Amino acid sequence: MENLEQLAAEAKAAIAAADTSAALEQLRVDYLGKKGQFTALLKGLGKLSAEERPAAGARINVVKQALQELIGSRKSELEKAAVAAKLAAERIDVTLPGRGQSTGSIHPVTRTMERMEDFFTAIGFDVVEGPEIEDDYHNFGALNIPEHHPARAMHDTFYVDQHTVLRTHTSPVQVRVMESQAPPLRIICPGRVYRCDSDLTHTPMFHQVEGLLVDEHSSFADLKGLIEDFLRVFFEREELAVRFRPSYFPFTEPSAEVDIQCVNCGGAGCRVCSNTGWIEILGCGMVHPRVFESSGIDPEKFSGFAFGMGVERLAMLRYGVNDLRLFFDNDLRFLEQF
Amino acid sequence: MKISEQWLREWVAPELSTEQLAHQITMAGLEVDAIEPVAGEFSQVVVAQIISVEPHPDADKLRVCQVDVGDDTVQIVCGAPNARAGLKAPLARVGAVLPGDFKIKPAKLRGVASQGMLCAEQELGLSEASAGLMELAADAPVGTCLRAYLGLDDKVIEIGLTPNRADCLGVAGIAREVALLNRLAVTAPDIEPVAASLEDTVTVELQAPERCPRYVGRVIRDVDVSRPSPLWLQEKLRRCGIRSIDAIVDVTNYVLLELGQPMHAFDLDRLQGGIVVRTARPGESLALLDGQSVELQGDTLVIADEAQPVALAGIMGGEASAVGVGTRNILLESAFFAPDLLAGKARSYGLHTESSHRFERGVDFQLQRRAIERASQLLLAIVGGEAGPVVEAVSTAHLPQRPDVNLRSRRIAMMLGLELPGAEVERILAGLGLGVSATADGWRCSVPSWRYDIAIEADLLEELARVYGYDELPASQIQARLAMPARPETRLSLRQLRRHLCARGYREAITYSFVDPKSQQLFDPSLRPVALANPISADMAVMRTSLLPGLLAAVQRNANRQQPRVRLFETGLRFVPGEDGLRQVATLALVATGSRLAESWSAGGDGVDFFDLKGDVESLFALTRDGRNVQFRSAERPALHPGQTASITRNGQQVGYIGALHPAVASELDLGAPLYACEIDLDAVLDGVLPRFTELSRFPEVRRDLAVVVDKTVPADELMANVREVAGSYLRELRLFDVYEGKGIDPKRKSVALGLTFRHQTRTLSDEDVNLAVDQVVDSLEKNYKAELRN
Repeated sequence: MENLEQLAAEAKAAIAAADTSAALEQLRVDYLGKKGQFTALLKGLGKLSAEERPAAGARINVVKQALQELIGSRKSELEKAAVAAKLAAERIDVTLPGRGQSTGSIHPVTRTMERMEDFFTAIGFDVVEGPEIEDDYHNFGALNIPEHHPARAMHDTFYVDQHTVLRTHTSPVQVRVMESQAPPLRIICPGRVYRCDSDLTHTPMFHQVEGLLVDEHSSFADLKGLIEDFLRVFFEREELAVRFRPSYFPFTEPSAEVDIQCVNCGGAGCRVCSNTGWIEILGCGMVHPRVFESSGIDPEKFSGFAFGMGVERLAMLRYGVNDLRLFFDNDLRFLEQF
Repeated sequence: MKISEQWLREWVAPELSTEQLAHQITMAGLEVDAIEPVAGEFSQVVVAQIISVEPHPDADKLRVCQVDVGDDTVQIVCGAPNARAGLKAPLARVGAVLPGDFKIKPAKLRGVASQGMLCAEQELGLSEASAGLMELAADAPVGTCLRAYLGLDDKVIEIGLTPNRADCLGVAGIAREVALLNRLAVTAPDIEPVAASLEDTVTVELQAPERCPRYVGRVIRDVDVSRPSPLWLQEKLRRCGIRSIDAIVDVTNYVLLELGQPMHAFDLDRLQGGIVVRTARPGESLALLDGQSVELQGDTLVIADEAQPVALAGIMGGEASAVGVGTRNILLESAFFAPDLLAGKARSYGLHTESSHRFERGVDFQLQRRAIERASQLLLAIVGGEAGPVVEAVSTAHLPQRPDVNLRSRRIAMMLGLELPGAEVERILAGLGLGVSATADGWRCSVPSWRYDIAIEADLLEELARVYGYDELPASQIQARLAMPARPETRLSLRQLRRHLCARGYREAITYSFVDPKSQQLFDPSLRPVALANPISADMAVMRTSLLPGLLAAVQRNANRQQPRVRLFETGLRFVPGEDGLRQVATLALVATGSRLAESWSAGGDGVDFFDLKGDVESLFALTRDGRNVQFRSAERPALHPGQTASITRNGQQVGYIGALHPAVASELDLGAPLYACEIDLDAVLDGVLPRFTELSRFPEVRRDLAVVVDKTVPADELMANVREVAGSYLRELRLFDVYEGKGIDPKRKSVALGLTFRHQTRTLSDEDVNLAVDQVVDSLEKNYKAELRN
């Protein structure tokens, strides 16, 4: 039995040296298998005396058990190493760019217009659209702008023929809504408008969002509150200074022009605000009674207000765009910034 | 309108700085556009008189002047052509600083000492250009500081008046506003009627009283036109942007600026008989003061003498009867022309004058007599002469009506959200010149002749708000009865569509709705587009009938800027003329060119092709949940590749097309790579259907693959439609998973591989079930498409 120790030592060394699971399996067979050396030792117990036999058998089994465990743990070690090696081989450069279609972009004018729509629809305004080639009645006449009125000259109208124009504002949509729906009305009308003017600060086409509210007791105070709220949430500036100045539009009375404190310089004066500290941002007013009458709404029963603003101007201020014409160049280097 | 601050302050002088004053009137609705000093910054410039002029010994163009500066005589070397003995001109003394921080030092010009500089207007920032030294009046006090003498510490306030405020097109009108805003009184100049010292009159006949209901005239004889306007008058005109001509014209312009009444002076000796205010007769023409000659249109109002027209009424005088150097006797005109009947007339002659600007907006129709008295007073003082009596022709019935306007106090509260005390209402309205008398529920107001913008109660509310101050008015949050709006679930939002395209790599473009007629014709030669009567340019002359010309121009522009990979979409109206009128159709267009994917380590450089774009379009229809009813059929379109174009129908309705740009068009546009384009009616991709649930089957599915060889000309979707039709009701899904042409196949034929998936709702399908269905399919394909089964 003296070679039990030797055999155990030999087996342990072999197990530790085994570097594949196949080699390990072979060792198991060689030592512990049916024809293995330890099995042979157990078989050899018969040669011993009955007194010696149990103790010797127990010793052999202890060693056998230990080897069994050693093989098991070596096996799992080898498996882990194999997995680790496989994983190491599968390593990728996770910093490489991902695959697939790149993401496009929404035009900044649309982005701005959608943002404007969100604020108004959240408080119960509907979004309404209308034709861009309009008759002069809806663009002018119904809005209290008679032919030859100097206000028409303010509009630089594109004419298709004597009575057909490219709408100069989205107000005709308001007229169409007033003609077809009964108050209360709360609508905004976004869309393309056209003026025959083209230079650094004018493009012959641009976008407006106009709004209209008609109800039984709406007042100039409501208009002021709504516009102030809108400008502050739009620019996300709680303290934004807003001022209302008297102005003139044939379709509103009283009429106002609204300025905001320059969002570029905070009112100190800069290139954006021509050093005035203020930026003209929208026109508005109480709907002129004649406009109501044209659309069949009783101005004694209902009052209302309208407002309109240029989307490009708001987009320029919001995103810091410094050239109006960029909006319609569709240069990818511009579009991809939004 | 430009106004001199000093002039305004002669009428009303609030204790406000220029900036405060400008802010105040801006906030009252008279928007100040600019404030400019009337002269450049300069110091130590005095009134000087040239005593003698000697030639310069060494320079032909220079002269040596001895100049009296009051306390001294200095020598000045000067190159101005008008330097002459006796002339009074501004002199910048040594130590003076001129505009542009130009310091005057003792100097030697070609060896001759010069102790300062005689100045031209331009050098003092008084005008844009000048020909020689500024010539001062003979009575200018030598040695006086020029700034003080000319009152140059003045500002020009430029006001951008809205068209309704014609009453402020004169110093008097603005003064009225400023006085009210500051609770001050106006100091108007005394305008005493000038007593007639002659009996001369002209007859005035109003043949078109509805257009000219009042014409006031006066003869003044023996005027001396050689006498210049006084400096103060010239300076006031200059500061308001009007050039001095001669004393007579200057005075008429002065009254225009001061009171807002446009006036005219005729050379009486060049008129034949009395004045007739009438419409032009056929064939008449008139040579105007500005040198041009116009053929008179039939509806033009003219001032005529007995022989011919002598002025375009309210717009411009005629050349022949104009006041000139030889004029001795004049006829002054101060008339009223009805604004609505004059509107647009000046423009129809390509004219816009100070006079037409005011008459079109409305001149105070009670002002004419006062204005002619003011002009007479000034003229007699400046050019002398003898005045005849004022002649007035008036048709009272045709003067503008000013009905009283009622104001209800409860409407003030309701419309402005403000309780304004009655006394304050009355103060404001009276301050504006309205007559105010109390009524049971408010006030009855008479409207002054200078206000054309007060006719209804709302106009009065605006006046109250304006003078009270918009910024002082309360603000409140709207209150509303809220009803839930209808939101049809089957209607997709444009936003969703935009985001979807964006996720598929498209950038949104916005192109002009007007395009070049040539590119319009390229895509829709059969349509006659809506043309603009006054396009901004020839390449933006017609309304688009397709969005593609605009998008192609954008692609082209990007290609020219080294951006070969472009994927754009646009939504907007296209304008389609048709027999039953113009249709303005909301449309979506897509274009893609360049590589399929952005350049990357993981992407091959494959170019985008028809099926990429088609896939994108199909994905849009998938959003509607009605993709099954969309069909692509081989088609031809102008500007597109005849073999790579399809029409798109949904439920049998044509809704758009898709295709490759025709290579000839691509090369014309200088586009190197193939470009794929699609245009669809927006409604076709926004109108969806409501999902409808079908029970899930618990039974297994059976898949069979078939490869058939058919003629190349057989469209795949026709083949598939046929399979669906005959495969029976257990067919759940049909996939076309391979198309093969080439080796092993007849060159005119192709192999198409189809995957058929069968499943039953309530039982497991047997082999017999499936075999039967597949046999039916094979039979049908053989019969209808001469298909051969491939193995």
